[in-house]
Amino acid sequence: MSDHVSSKGLLYSIFLALIALTALTVWAAYQDFGAFNTVVAMAIATFKAVLVVVFFMEMRFGQPLSWAAAITGILFFALLVGLTMSDILTRNLLGIPGS
Amino acid sequence: MTTESTAHVAHHFDTAEQQQKAATFGMWVFLITEIMMFGGLFTAYIVYRWMYPDAFAEASHHLDTQLGALNTAVLLASSLTMALAVRASQLGEKKQLIRRLLLTIALGSVFLGVKAYEYAHKFEEGLVPGAFFRFDGPHAHHAELFFSLYFGMTGLHAVHMIIGVGILGTLTWMAARNRFSPAYYTPVEIGGLYWHFVDLVWIYLFPLLYLLGRHG
Repeated sequence: MSDHVSSKGLLYSIFLALIALTALTVWAAYQDFGAFNTVVAMAIATFKAVLVVVFFMEMRFGQPLSWAAAITGILFFALLVGLTMSDILTRNLLGIPGS
Repeated sequence: MTTESTAHVAHHFDTAEQQQKAATFGMWVFLITEIMMFGGLFTAYIVYRWMYPDAFAEASHHLDTQLGALNTAVLLASSLTMALAVRASQLGEKKQLIRRLLLTIALGSVFLGVKAYEYAHKFEEGLVPGAFFRFDGPHAHHAELFFSLYFGMTGLHAVHMIIGVGILGTLTWMAARNRFSPAYYTPVEIGGLYWHFVDLVWIYLFPLLYLLGRHG
């Protein structure tokens, strides 16, 4: 059963990468990227999340069903945000109350 | 396949491998529901931050970036010890498994301790939403909204941490009673998935709550 064992060196390397990325995101927060500060912060967070999912949660050995579940979760969250914001962002588009 | 004992395989599974795959898939399905539970709060955050960006940036300055960063590092370290614990269980290293589970519990407790210190500080500063909320400036009302989300999101996260510590305690107890072997370590693996998921949520909470509008 234990044919997929991560080496200690790999796990420590991933941890160090995650700490470095945390330092990077703190540093980036104090730089002025204009409207892109949030984009940069979310890009770094997502890269960290991918490292955690692929290496710590061992999705690199994952069965297709687990991948399908993970992607379904992300997809439904995107639907929730997408549909909500499509309402918020298009309110009063015509400048007519109620339209 | 293994030639070891198959006593742990339930009668409705053909093989130990099939049973393990079903358990892992089941955990991921549960994690979808977790994504959706936190997702509602994240969506609320996105909507209100879109509506009141200045109030959110101002309110965020009242959070301690250093403590937030420290807690991020502590939580990442606990994910490392958890991954190492799963590795120990796969290799049948009982002593290492117990030591690493206890280390993960300790790091999780440090995180909760820092969180409790931060919460106490917010009470003293009058930043807890409600009758005693105190905030100077034109955005006071919308800053209260930010702090409602701060306590809601970090509070739900902390509840998950407390449950996680309970799960890790149970795993430690099971490990001490020789319940795991290289042929059967599914509970450790599943517990690990839960712990890493809680880490994932914090990876997003930290920049969204603590690092807003720090520039300029």
